[in-house]
Amino acid sequence: MDQPIIIEPITRIEGHGKISIHLAPNGEVADAKLHVTQFRGFETFCQGRPFAEMISLVERICGICPISHSLASAKACDDILGIRVPETAQKLRVLLNCGEFIQSHALSFFHLSGPDLILGMDAPAEKRNLFHMLQSHPEIAKDGIRLRQIGQQIIEGLTGKRIHPAWVVPGGVRTPLQEHERDTLLERLPEAQAILERAITLFIESLKKWQDEIEHFANFPTLFVALTNSSGQLEHVHGNLRCIDENGAILEQCQTAAAYQDIIGEASEQYSYLKSPFYIPRGYPAGMYRVGPAARLNVANGCPTPWAHTLWEQFRLFAQGPILSSFYNHFARLVEIVYCLETAEQLLQESNITSKHIRAHAQPNYHEGIGIVEAPRGTLIHHYNVNTDGLIERVNLIVATGNNNLAMNKGLVQVAKKWVKGSSLSEGAINRLQAVIRAFDPCLSCSTHAVRGPVTAIELLNYDGKLLDSI
Amino acid sequence: MTDHRLQNSVRQRHSLHPEDIVTLVIDGQQLTADPNDTLLTIAQAHNIHIPTLCFLEGISAYGGCRVCLVEVEGYGKLVPACLTHPAEGIIVRTQSPRVIEYRKKIVELLLSERNHICSVCVTNGHCELQQLASTLGITHIRYPGLFPSLAIDASNTRFIHDPNRCVLCSRCVRVCAEIEGAHTWDIIHRGIKSRVSADLNQPWKEAVTCTGCGKCVQACPTGALSEQGKAVGEMLKKRYTESTT
Repeated sequence: MDQPIIIEPITRIEGHGKISIHLAPNGEVADAKLHVTQFRGFETFCQGRPFAEMISLVERICGICPISHSLASAKACDDILGIRVPETAQKLRVLLNCGEFIQSHALSFFHLSGPDLILGMDAPAEKRNLFHMLQSHPEIAKDGIRLRQIGQQIIEGLTGKRIHPAWVVPGGVRTPLQEHERDTLLERLPEAQAILERAITLFIESLKKWQDEIEHFANFPTLFVALTNSSGQLEHVHGNLRCIDENGAILEQCQTAAAYQDIIGEASEQYSYLKSPFYIPRGYPAGMYRVGPAARLNVANGCPTPWAHTLWEQFRLFAQGPILSSFYNHFARLVEIVYCLETAEQLLQESNITSKHIRAHAQPNYHEGIGIVEAPRGTLIHHYNVNTDGLIERVNLIVATGNNNLAMNKGLVQVAKKWVKGSSLSEGAINRLQAVIRAFDPCLSCSTHAVRGPVTAIELLNYDGKLLDSI
Repeated sequence: MTDHRLQNSVRQRHSLHPEDIVTLVIDGQQLTADPNDTLLTIAQAHNIHIPTLCFLEGISAYGGCRVCLVEVEGYGKLVPACLTHPAEGIIVRTQSPRVIEYRKKIVELLLSERNHICSVCVTNGHCELQQLASTLGITHIRYPGLFPSLAIDASNTRFIHDPNRCVLCSRCVRVCAEIEGAHTWDIIHRGIKSRVSADLNQPWKEAVTCTGCGKCVQACPTGALSEQGKAVGEMLKKRYTESTT
């Protein structure tokens, strides 16, 4: 029997979780697990509510990506209504999503992973945070804060609020974009683009010092799943699911949202509240797949906007075939911010973006609705069933972080085998174990649906379960 | 109270025989009033604010919510202003520490009884209970929430009844019986189990007495009765129109 090490809490991620590392009798790492120790329960307590309330209810799942939940929920509600959303409302939803991607990816890159990338994985723990970055690298830290602010300001400009705006509604959006807000948002975009230019240069220049991490941060073959548009290019809000294999061959190209049920199954494990989705044709756990920024760039044929497409080409040159190391998620996030900035600029310049025709009305016409979007952390699926009165009977949420569960666990094993030596944890090992999880930018509070149990940690346990070390 | 209503009140008082006028003090103000008025209407006529919840102008007073409790010197108990008539020489206090504390407790008890989660409510930002709690400075509830799980009635094609948001003020019952004359709504069960029901506990769509006028929805102070399809904060009650002034 193996012996565990526990690391708790995992820091600089959204939500609560812990890592356990199991050592074999010879002291070598035998296995590692990510335990998500909180439970939310949205799938159950939403039952019985009117479907029109679902968007605002599920927004409360998360403070970082409420927009993604609202958009997936809105698409599911549109499906229940059997409605065609007005063109301007569709564009405004995409614009809102751009705001969220910019702020969320900026948070992940600069605030959460920035201390690792800028100060180094082996820097003292007390210095690996944004506050120290503000002292040591103030320009980079300020760039991150400003970029995130610009993303939040897009959300605020559209909805009046930065978090939980309850602005997306079944059939469209609640209020039109005002012309003066459009002009203000457009004025801010060049500043964001300049920040991105600096961040991309910084990341590319630093790549050579991360070769060990690139090689060992969840660098293994898996399937990849993401939405693509009708041309197979990067898409966040519309489009259909595509699944590619480890060599880049297309395994599935869904034509409807409902088709997800044929390819994605859900398993659960005793050690975590997080479900483990898998690709059905390959079974569990062999059907491991990844979602998220790098997965999206792997799955897509390109990007619909020019600068982002150039960066996508650069991304694909990091390796032959799909980029397997999850370390490249950091770069993929920068590419996606560029895509969102370009998309936002295009949309804001369209003549009908301030149109007042932003909502279609209907009674519920169908008993089932499915909404799929790309959240910053990956593919997000909301699937509702309602009764004849439009009251929710069943909710199934397959949340971005859950899709990556199997891959995160395997990534932990890879990092633990490389950096955990003996029965104690070095500072560098502790941080890299967390950093590989951070590379996926998981949102644990999003993914498990009441916070219960202890806050998270890393534990090192011996073969008979004795705790050897923990943080 | 509008100037129009204040003028009416003064006009009525001037038409009374001097022996039919009482004098009283509310919050230090010396006032004269018709003894048939209530402390609430007298206070309103003189721009003295007393919070209410179950009171709705145009239908009978009920005194059920106790939010309008006031202190009368010499009386042992607090009395509801909406049902209490003035007696000669009484001294009334509407904002004493005792009154304020009781009002807070009452509103907190209301909030703890059902599931009043403003952030996801259709009347968020337009709710009288929310406004009342805000005005009273209620930031926390000292009583444990009961969090009942009460079935929503969405069977009516135009309206939804969510008892989880009901404060049992009975405005819907009174407006339906007294204005519309249908008396579709009433309160069944007793005590903590009380709830509003249509036509002897039938689904709303099967309530044959319901005319679909929607007055109950507009009279409801919270999100317990709302229009179908409304998302968070979208249910604005159409009550305060020019016709009421």
